[in-house]
Amino acid sequence: MSIDESTAAKVAKLARIKVEEEALPALAQEFNAVLGFIEQLNEVDVEGVEPMVSVTPMRLKRRVDVVTDGDQQDKILSNAPDAREGFFAVPKVVE
Amino acid sequence: MTDLTKLTLAEARDKLRAGDVTSVELTETFLKAIDEADALNAFVHKTPEIALERAKAADARIAQGDAPDMCGLPIGIKDLFCTKGVPSQAASAILEGFKPEYESTISQKLEDSGAVMLGKLNMDEFAMGSSNETSVYGNAINPWRRGNDDAALTPGGSSGGSASAVAADLCLAATGTDTGGSIRQPAAFTGITGIKPTYGRCSRWGVVAFASSLDQAGPMTKNVRDAAIMLEAMCGHDEKDSTSVDLPVPNFEAMLTGDIRGKKIGIPKEYRMDGMPAEIEKLWAEGTEMLKAAGAEIVDISLPHTKYALPAYYVIAPAEASSNLARYDGVRYGHRATLAAGDGITEMYEKTRAEGFGHEVQRRVMVGTYVLSAGFYDAYYNRARRVRTLIKQDFENVFAQGIDAILTPATPSAAFGLGEMTDADPIQMYLNDVFTVTVNLAGLPGISVPTGVDTQGLPLGLQLIGRPWEEGDLLNTAYALEQAAGFVAKPGKWW
Repeated sequence: MSIDESTAAKVAKLARIKVEEEALPALAQEFNAVLGFIEQLNEVDVEGVEPMVSVTPMRLKRRVDVVTDGDQQDKILSNAPDAREGFFAVPKVVE
Repeated sequence: MTDLTKLTLAEARDKLRAGDVTSVELTETFLKAIDEADALNAFVHKTPEIALERAKAADARIAQGDAPDMCGLPIGIKDLFCTKGVPSQAASAILEGFKPEYESTISQKLEDSGAVMLGKLNMDEFAMGSSNETSVYGNAINPWRRGNDDAALTPGGSSGGSASAVAADLCLAATGTDTGGSIRQPAAFTGITGIKPTYGRCSRWGVVAFASSLDQAGPMTKNVRDAAIMLEAMCGHDEKDSTSVDLPVPNFEAMLTGDIRGKKIGIPKEYRMDGMPAEIEKLWAEGTEMLKAAGAEIVDISLPHTKYALPAYYVIAPAEASSNLARYDGVRYGHRATLAAGDGITEMYEKTRAEGFGHEVQRRVMVGTYVLSAGFYDAYYNRARRVRTLIKQDFENVFAQGIDAILTPATPSAAFGLGEMTDADPIQMYLNDVFTVTVNLAGLPGISVPTGVDTQGLPLGLQLIGRPWEEGDLLNTAYALEQAAGFVAKPGKWW
């Protein structure tokens, strides 16, 4: 299947990456090159084969459901581009 | 006087123990070498104060006796590892200025063992690349050149800075990470040794995530013994990574006997690709002969789904990346775009990610978004995961036949020139990982060992693939191969 410019624009939107209008044809072309490569997978008979969930068969370790850390607001905010009054600041979300 | 930078980890360890040299002396020597090697662009954040402080502490610890093997040994850390208070950018503009408040488990374990961090190493952005050309820091350069030709060559990728630094003697060893070949391919391109352990051997906590079901850290070193020493210091269960396995970590170095008599080495026919350069074929045949001469039994094997490993990888890895990289939204850390009047939060996300991610990262995030999107999830993502099951079964079948290790080329060519692949379509670059990516999909340990040079004098490597959790046995086979190959070439110093 071939990806057109409107599909490329939709994917960019879903990925939350701004792509300028004039860059869409080239992007669609790149997608098609990669997807064309991936299409080979259709040659494989996967009937009855389970999709891999974990490469290493193992039961994940469990631990007691308790607080292990916390109380480090300053550290958490220290790398924020915009932090005010102990919170991350973002453009207005709700009118 | 011995050139301290030429030492291996093992030799430096022994000299420290014998009191022939101090960690401070070693560290100062490497800091000087690093400052003289800016042309290689391997070290992108230098940490001389931290290095000297740790070197002093290491000297004190060694003087008291009972210091671990890595104590006092200067190493480099790939920029993908979060290091407390030190820039950790994954070579991306989107993490510009990010200084973690925490230390990755691997770099913490190395620090606890007394290793001395000299600085952070260049890499492809978010480990996505095979040539170190997607880095926000610019290209890392391979210290090797084609004869007298001064064209700059790639050190490979994504752990290109690590490979360049170890090959150029800027550090005794370095950490790398490997999602599709990012330790083994650069190791092969620079004439050094690199091992990707079994998935789950090393904690991924604090390592910037690319594709979580494939990512593994490992050491990049001057030889197999050093890989054994450093790997042991990096392995072990970590309760902060639930996929890290709770198995005892053997003394890998003690397992290096060089005796591989009776071992069954598989030669997979599917790795004999159409158009394989004669030099690679010759290298592989010679490696096979070396193992045979050392007493191993050579067995022709088949891994029938090999051809589908790269396409499956280029569904699974971008899918996981699109999810992992969703966190870079301009809110909690790193870059945020300057917004225009009236821009809302969606524009903030979109502009931030367009400015912060480089081209290859954007492409992979979008491919991943596409294969996970409604209507395509089954056709692409689930199908790729089914193929992954088959690829793993291929390996399980040959191991069930009694195969101990599998010998393959590490890369389809020697190091290529920087910029040579710019006009090629992305698939050409992806083919660099054709021999290594199966190992990540199957979660197995794989090691790249330099065994020869091509007609232009560039190093070439072979890969050995082992059974899960049997890194010790794999290292021993690699050790036997290394002994037989006797690879000693070094790049001439031009930088």
